[in-house]
Amino acid sequence: MLEIKCPYCGKRSQNEFSYGGDASVKRPALEKEISDKEWDDFVYFRKNPRGKHLELWHHVSGCRQWFKVSRDTTTHEIHETSKINEEL
Amino acid sequence: MQKYSIFSLIKNAFTNHENWEVAWKDPEPKKEYDVVIVGGGGHGLATAYYLAKEHKITNVAILEKGWIGGGNVGRNTTILRSNYMWDANGLFYEYGMKLWENLSQELNYNVMYSPRGIINLAHSDAQLNTYSRRGNSMRLNGIDAVMLGKDELKKMIPFADFSSSARFPIFGGLMQPRGGTARHDAVAWGYARQADSMGVDIIQHCEVTGFEVQEGKVKSIQTSRGNIKTKKVGLCVAGSTSLLADKLNMKLPIESHVLQACVSEPVKPFLDHVVTFGAGHFYCSQSDKGEMVMGGDLDGYNSYAQRGNLPTLQHVLSEGVAMFPNLSRLKMLRTWGGIMDMSMDGSPIIDKTHIEGIYLNCGWCYGGFKATPVSGWTFAYTIAQDHPHDLNSKFKLNRFSSGHLIDEKGVGTKTWIG
Repeated sequence: MLEIKCPYCGKRSQNEFSYGGDASVKRPALEKEISDKEWDDFVYFRKNPRGKHLELWHHVSGCRQWFKVSRDTTTHEIHETSKINEEL
Repeated sequence: MQKYSIFSLIKNAFTNHENWEVAWKDPEPKKEYDVVIVGGGGHGLATAYYLAKEHKITNVAILEKGWIGGGNVGRNTTILRSNYMWDANGLFYEYGMKLWENLSQELNYNVMYSPRGIINLAHSDAQLNTYSRRGNSMRLNGIDAVMLGKDELKKMIPFADFSSSARFPIFGGLMQPRGGTARHDAVAWGYARQADSMGVDIIQHCEVTGFEVQEGKVKSIQTSRGNIKTKKVGLCVAGSTSLLADKLNMKLPIESHVLQACVSEPVKPFLDHVVTFGAGHFYCSQSDKGEMVMGGDLDGYNSYAQRGNLPTLQHVLSEGVAMFPNLSRLKMLRTWGGIMDMSMDGSPIIDKTHIEGIYLNCGWCYGGFKATPVSGWTFAYTIAQDHPHDLNSKFKLNRFSSGHLIDEKGVGTKTWIG
């Protein structure tokens, strides 16, 4: 069982959360011309690292806030969590 | 190579089975090969076998970081099927079913192919409609499919919960009678033995650490046991594909996720078919030893750990109990996890890459085991002929850019849901 520290509610068990994928993926800026390649990279292509992974989680059965988690994909250790607008 | 038969079995019984030939050798890597396959799992071993058999390319090495058959080919729920709706998948996996049907004879190794039928249960009228659409699509592609009513199902799987108080009542089901199971280890060992006998070097405990690429062409491959020159490299490393692609500065439409499976204590014959739950994600069959073999959802977050967490297992098994209430009385014997190479549309990639001589075989999601023969067959063709076969021509890497996705389940790019 993972224990995840929601930045709003504190430490809760994994059952209360759902996963939202790689948090380092950035949508191309709206105001500039977007090439097909940039769009593909955003939608489909992932770094998929072994080790430290920055990801989004949703406290779906709690405060319903999205937030960021830094987690190890090999050991499942959670290093730190932060609000969505904070740097990790 | 010594042929396995009833006569060789009797002959060896006289010497207490101490004089059997080794099934495959343990060679030192040579300086150069025509083709190097990275990954000694089912797909890698099958690729090497078909390179030798179909294309007469025998100067081939398989490099395996651990031991052959220790990854996903030893970690699956052994299910075989071709019950897909889209042409690209249906025709591909159906060719695979035809290879499975003759595999024991072809490899002279009993892979225990058991066409016991796979049943997908439907729990609503709408789901029955969807299944009949899929069944019709399958039949148009020459794949066997039968719709089953509740009364027929009661005779076939009497222990399922047919009561009106069931949380998800059973309305009917879709069956592929030729679907079934095979013995996973035997598949790896059978391919390894035949590939070895045709001259393929199976090199275990040899990790790939890098690639030498010059002017867009692969020149050699760096390993923990020295450099190996080669012009063609086939990657068959499932959940580790992104890690090797990273060494080639490639990013892929793949995420690695852990999928768990488990077996119960052995019991008397209880379930004759492979059965899947339609109101969630759960599939089970009974092994020849009597264990219930069960699996379901991914753990749901990126992972390279070959082990999972209990909440997912609890969720999956509660689906099993909803379907077969008396499963709740069984003790679990073992659980394990494997790393799935989840592609962004749920379908595989068997293709060339922008680097000449680098070939890619990945994106198998949950379904790699059943594809073992056809994946090896088409990948060997792609490597030998330097272009894809018709059967894998839709499994292109650039389909994500061109928009030709093969999204059988239509769940989008949330790979951990699919």
